[in-house]
Amino acid sequence: MNFNNVSKRIEKIKFALLSPDEIRKMSQVRVITPDTYDDDGYPIERGLMDLHMGVIEPGLKCATCGGKVDECPGHFGHIELAMPVVHIGFIKEIKTMLDSSCKACGRVKLTDEEVNTYRKTINNMSFESDDPEIIDLSLKKIIEIAVQRTICPHCSAESPKVILDKPTTFREGGIKITPKEIRERLERIPDNDLLFFGLNVSSARPGWMILTALPVPPIDVRPSITLETGERSEDDLTHKLVDIIRISQRLRESRDNGSPQLIIEDLWDLLQYHTTTYFDNQTAGIPPARHRSGRALKTLVQRLKGKEGRFRANLSGKRVNFSSRSVISPEPFLSMNEVGIPEIAARELTVPVLVNSFNVDKMREWIKRGSTPRTPAGKYLAGINYLIRPDGRRIKITDQNAEINSDRVDIGWTVERQMTEGDIVLFNRQPSLHRMSMMAHTVRVLPGLTFRFNLSDCTPYNADFDGDEMNLHVIQSEESRAEARIIMKVQEQILSPRFGGPIIGAIHDHITSLFLLTHNNPLYTEGETLHIISYIDVNKLPEPEIKDNKKYYHGRDIFSLILPEGLNAKFKSHLCSGSRGKCEYEDTIEDSYVVINNGKLIHGTIDDESVGPFSGVIVDKIFRKFGPEAASKFVDNVTRLAVGFLSYRGFSTGIKDYDIPRDAISRIEEISNETLEKINKLVDAFRSGQLQQLPGRSIEDTLEVEILSETGSVRDESGKIASSYLGLNDPSVIMARSGARAKMLNIAEVAGMVGQQSVRGGRLNRGYANRTLSHFKENDLSAYARGFIKSSYRSGLNPTEYFFHSIGGREGLVDIAVRTSRSGYMQRRLINAFEDLKVDDERRVQDTVGSMVQFKYGEDGIDPTRSDEGETVDVDYVAYDEFGD
Amino acid sequence: MSKFNVLEHEIVPEHHLVPLDEEMSVLKKLNVTRDNLPKISINDPAIKALEEIHGKLEPGRIIKIIRKSPTAGYYEYYRVIVKSVI
Repeated sequence: MNFNNVSKRIEKIKFALLSPDEIRKMSQVRVITPDTYDDDGYPIERGLMDLHMGVIEPGLKCATCGGKVDECPGHFGHIELAMPVVHIGFIKEIKTMLDSSCKACGRVKLTDEEVNTYRKTINNMSFESDDPEIIDLSLKKIIEIAVQRTICPHCSAESPKVILDKPTTFREGGIKITPKEIRERLERIPDNDLLFFGLNVSSARPGWMILTALPVPPIDVRPSITLETGERSEDDLTHKLVDIIRISQRLRESRDNGSPQLIIEDLWDLLQYHTTTYFDNQTAGIPPARHRSGRALKTLVQRLKGKEGRFRANLSGKRVNFSSRSVISPEPFLSMNEVGIPEIAARELTVPVLVNSFNVDKMREWIKRGSTPRTPAGKYLAGINYLIRPDGRRIKITDQNAEINSDRVDIGWTVERQMTEGDIVLFNRQPSLHRMSMMAHTVRVLPGLTFRFNLSDCTPYNADFDGDEMNLHVIQSEESRAEARIIMKVQEQILSPRFGGPIIGAIHDHITSLFLLTHNNPLYTEGETLHIISYIDVNKLPEPEIKDNKKYYHGRDIFSLILPEGLNAKFKSHLCSGSRGKCEYEDTIEDSYVVINNGKLIHGTIDDESVGPFSGVIVDKIFRKFGPEAASKFVDNVTRLAVGFLSYRGFSTGIKDYDIPRDAISRIEEISNETLEKINKLVDAFRSGQLQQLPGRSIEDTLEVEILSETGSVRDESGKIASSYLGLNDPSVIMARSGARAKMLNIAEVAGMVGQQSVRGGRLNRGYANRTLSHFKENDLSAYARGFIKSSYRSGLNPTEYFFHSIGGREGLVDIAVRTSRSGYMQRRLINAFEDLKVDDERRVQDTVGSMVQFKYGEDGIDPTRSDEGETVDVDYVAYDEFGD
Repeated sequence: MSKFNVLEHEIVPEHHLVPLDEEMSVLKKLNVTRDNLPKISINDPAIKALEEIHGKLEPGRIIKIIRKSPTAGYYEYYRVIVKSVI
């Protein structure tokens, strides 16, 4: 670490205008030919690629400084414009100056009295320390007075209104003012009056806003590239400069030949067009300049502006080295703190190791192994890719030079070692919406080509395995490695600052599995138990229950093996949520609560509420009482136990699981017919004007609301009928009740009825004139004509129903697309506003200058991560943990 | 029409003028300098309403604002009066 390399503090920034003299002074060459290279490919003298402006080709030397390619920083040239043109960036300033100054005498149109008073107020303001916005506003107010005045208080001349004909033409009473005239007028404004425009005479004269000379940027700014075909391709800026020089030349010739005024004016306008697009090729009101291929040119403003511009693409965010990207896939036998890396990536990514007296022998040994070492058994071993000498030169290690370089390496060299097990890396999935989108993992080198991780890490990354890719960064310094281990490791991120609960937990089948293992406390034979337990890292068996001289084990006792000793908890499971007192799904009353006593599951069923992400009461309690290490161990064990048990027991679902008896189907048919009847009655009442209007709604709205509530209740009703035949032995119901996947509503849609489709909260009503489809009569308000689906997914939808269902489904997709782009932009603005606020050790929130934002972080000084779902402390739980019920 | 007092409006938090002799203790309690305090314009309607009670207020005076907070119940915020645009 080089601590001498302290960044410099910027004391002040000065903005000034570039004067034509200054342009000429800093120019190394006056460019006069619009050509670049001659037939031999050598830069033409006084052309746009003149060697005075720097070198980009190896072998050549800069004609100005004599430097070679990497030594010469590049130098400016300049173009003398045949006639002056307006600078597009100063249009607004030129307009106000023309408006506020007198055409005849050049003074700003303020009376002597006004000049005196305002000069005093301006002199009282400090351009260094006062709020620039306030200064700007007060100056604008003063100038506005001058703009409003038509007769000059000094010479009594009348100045007609100047109109800006966008983008670059100024007119006075319909007659065009040429840039030349504008320049003369601006130059006439006396130095003393410039104060009112906020200009400092020593660094900016208004006349300089009209261009007479144009700086030509160094070649390094606009390098030409050679295509494979040997053809040269010039930078967009060079193309634009060629245009400018060419037109400027023709204009000069025409003017000197005494060509007709009309031709000169046309050429002048053309020169104005080219200089304008040279600065900004997206100027409103003029067509953008295009490349031969039809692509719009990327000129100066385009290089800087927007997402692909210099600031957002190269300065705020950069491409990095020591990173890789691959498809992800799941691996339940990895810990949640690990990530599986393919060998090919591990061999490419390196960690720098500084050679010192303690490791020099080991390093020599490693270098000798070359760049692709393996154990005799063929297992991966970390090799060495590069050596970095103390003078900064890099040496690539190959199998040929490994032996020699191993002897050369000494203390002070740096060795770039390949990834090895246990290295710490950062793992990230975009969009990075919260801090858990980038977490530190330890490396496992695995066969295959994908990155792999434990399924419990899916939630914080919001990842699935349908083709998602993720990025991995290898940390290069010892400090950052330590920091990553202490604060960025997955286990440190189990609790989310979003709601103060765990965001990491078991998902999908893992929840199903634990549900099946613990619900109603089933018994397993010794053999089964041993098989299940073989998946987890324990070395004891639970207390057996002896029956017929054989050992049996309870599911809850097996689960208790992975609970840490000393854990107490009592809460309602997902299965019993909503039920008060007795839970209809549990055999005994006590089981409606999950009760854990000193690390032993006594009652209740383990499901989403216990171990799932976002709820995970057990994960939460373990983290708070035993720390991140124990919590991560628990989650690791949960995934292994769940996989072990479910792969032994088996679990699957299919259409058959949604079969309900014939009389249930006819009952659903019955109630749906009743509803259709009711809706018809409502429509009839509406037609005859008998419908009772709801307060605050039109009669049409009233009808829609009534119908929607009818269709809603019939869907619920049919769902109830259907699910009354589907009990907890039905796999779908198990998944829904345990919180593993889907809701009971989805089951009702499959087995019972899909119900009313809607767009923007109302029934479907668009499509053909006064009807949704040509299958219906016009103005048909009945259920079927407006998107009611009486079929279930299981029985299948008829064609019109299928079409309506697609309409409803499309709305959801559109919503998602609109929402993500909007919330993304909103988040960007919030991040930019908050990025460098910090909380100090007194819990005050300050910005970088030290201004207070909050006197106490979050107004209560509480870290939401460590809070209990927003509350400071859960007193009830602490009491329960200490004293029991 | 009687003059409307913004401070009596339901969604306007309580504004109080910090007495001159208490200013130092407030700054000390918060451990900030006066220029690091959040600002409030002298033209702010709440300041205008306070001027009805206390008479003309000068820039530099400290205002205590008590507002409802979803996390802390009630929260005391301090602002310093600044002069504004001409």
